[in-house]
Amino acid sequence: MARKIRVLAAKPGLDGHDRGVKVIAAALRDAGMEVIYTGLRQTPEQIVAAAEQEDVDVIALSVLSGAHGHLFPRIMTLLKERGLDDVLVLGGGIIPEDDIPALKEAGIAEVFGPGTTTGKIIDYIRASVRAAD
Amino acid sequence: MFDQKFLQELKASQTAWQNKLQEKLAKRPERKERFETISETEVERLYTPAHVADLDYDRDLGFPGRYPYTRGVQPTMYRGRFWTMRQYAGFASAKESNERYRYLLAQGQTGLSVAFDLPTQIGYDSDHPLAQGEVGKVGVAIDSLADMEVLLDQIPLDKVSTSMTINAPASVLLALYIGVAEKQNVAQDKLTGTIQNDILKEYAARGTYIFPPRPSMRIITNIFEYCAKEVPRFNTISISGYHIREAGSTAVQEVAFTLADGIAYVQAAVEAGLGVDEFGPRLSFFFNSHLDFLEEVAKFRAARRLWARIMKERFQAKDPRSMMLRFHTQTAGCSLTAQQPENNIIRVAYQALAAVLGGTQSLHTNSMDEALALPTEKAVRIALRTQQLIAYESGVAETIDPLAGSYYVENLTNRIEAEAQDYIDKIDQLGGATAAIEAGFIQREIQGSAYRYQRAIEDGRRIVVGVNKFELAEEPFKDLLRVDPKVGQEQARALAKLKSERDNQAVASALAELKRAAQGQDNLMPPIIGAVRVYATLGEICDTLREVFGEYIAPTTI
Repeated sequence: MARKIRVLAAKPGLDGHDRGVKVIAAALRDAGMEVIYTGLRQTPEQIVAAAEQEDVDVIALSVLSGAHGHLFPRIMTLLKERGLDDVLVLGGGIIPEDDIPALKEAGIAEVFGPGTTTGKIIDYIRASVRAAD
Repeated sequence: MFDQKFLQELKASQTAWQNKLQEKLAKRPERKERFETISETEVERLYTPAHVADLDYDRDLGFPGRYPYTRGVQPTMYRGRFWTMRQYAGFASAKESNERYRYLLAQGQTGLSVAFDLPTQIGYDSDHPLAQGEVGKVGVAIDSLADMEVLLDQIPLDKVSTSMTINAPASVLLALYIGVAEKQNVAQDKLTGTIQNDILKEYAARGTYIFPPRPSMRIITNIFEYCAKEVPRFNTISISGYHIREAGSTAVQEVAFTLADGIAYVQAAVEAGLGVDEFGPRLSFFFNSHLDFLEEVAKFRAARRLWARIMKERFQAKDPRSMMLRFHTQTAGCSLTAQQPENNIIRVAYQALAAVLGGTQSLHTNSMDEALALPTEKAVRIALRTQQLIAYESGVAETIDPLAGSYYVENLTNRIEAEAQDYIDKIDQLGGATAAIEAGFIQREIQGSAYRYQRAIEDGRRIVVGVNKFELAEEPFKDLLRVDPKVGQEQARALAKLKSERDNQAVASALAELKRAAQGQDNLMPPIIGAVRVYATLGEICDTLREVFGEYIAPTTI
């Protein structure tokens, strides 16, 4: 049997808005993936350590506080340092369009804004993780 | 409300009407098999006197300003004066936020509402490692009395009422507000405003907690006690359903969990030896106004009646003011779309109208661009104008509770009250709101509703205009507000300067005094005020309390 896709759903920074991340975590789980949710207020170091320990294929980051510009690149730097650059990292939340190129430059594979369906995210993860196998 | 003979005749004629209708429906069915509110409550084809047959006018509706306050808490409502138009604002530094407040006051806003950044809300100074990237982002950064003086510069605290969205460190921000008032020579008993100070919904839905529940409840009770004596016109808490709804709850859950939290605060204060009528009149509430217009109007009315009954029957309040559910409303942020953001102006207008028809005491209308970023000045102005249009042009404020007596609205009011009461009974069985949150019950109920809502959108059962129907290919929305990333460095620099210039011995002894009080039973407000006066920082004060109280570790529920 094929290994289930393993996803770390994470809330970096001090932001407490977790409706979106919880809905996505539940949807990914219903789609047959293994989902680990970090809970609120995780530092980039804690998220990268959890990703390593849980041996995940995907990290889904959610930030609605505007701190993505600092937090996302910091997480990418730490992943590279640990040799985890094969992990697919996705971002979501309140992220202005103009900020997205810099986040992709830093290594975030895709950014999903408000109104994105969980179906679209599931399809994206399946296509990307399968392509990497 | 109606006599039996009339109701029997009505039943017969309604049956005849239904039978006739069946033939038509066979040929041309309705749009859907089941109609429901946004909260999944079934909606019938037609409401008649039969749906409100058990309603007793005196018992259930009464008159404005009279128990059970279904029709409003004041006897003249908006004929006396309009609701307070209060836009939540704050970003970057105290100086920039002060400019926005003075702009809003100049535009006819009638009260302030301060948004703090996340480090402030969680009790960290701007130079704390966890504050990196967060300073000034979702609100203004406040580290000490020096920032608060700038924030409130030229704003007369004896005239303007100020609402502060602050919870875990509410005691510190209230102390800072008192500190600025002292400098303006305004006595504490002249101050009006609100601190949110509602920690239970932070654990359940919003996330800016610091301490565990027990010491948090003690701090809240200390604030009730201090303000009853010293700051009697300040609302000591704003028990909030807003964030519960934003996290995905239904209308019934919003009412139920908010009032269950309210019960927990009253219980804690009574157990601490306060009389219910000493602090009861200063409790205030905060609700969401969501998309389902008539359900929202009914929700506000149901919440008012249920709280009045709880305070009178459960807590034996005697002072009518303890039974009045006074509330602030904000339109639903979660209903705003990033797609075709101009449509949000219309959404907000309907939501604001529901809040007014529901009898709100104050209102924040969201700006059209808030699904994308913090609002620009122009977007905020349109949002404020929306309220002014309702007040001055729409005519709905000229009479009190104009939707009362609508068979549907009254039936829905009854249903929301009854279903919220069922939830409160269930929470009582679990040991009250605090225990229900610790067990993850409330969080799971909210998450379940949020997930079902998302499923309904993705299945196409629920239409979101511009998102899953009537879509457009559009250019990214321009002119978003951006917070200067240098704010963090500037705050840190100012903090270093403050620490080198203030009387550090006085700070050390004030913090030692606070620690002693926290370890014992004394009210914490006087030592916190003492500490802010000598420019101890928010982070230093919260760290002192962290040493004594510890920090809350949230259970993760998905």
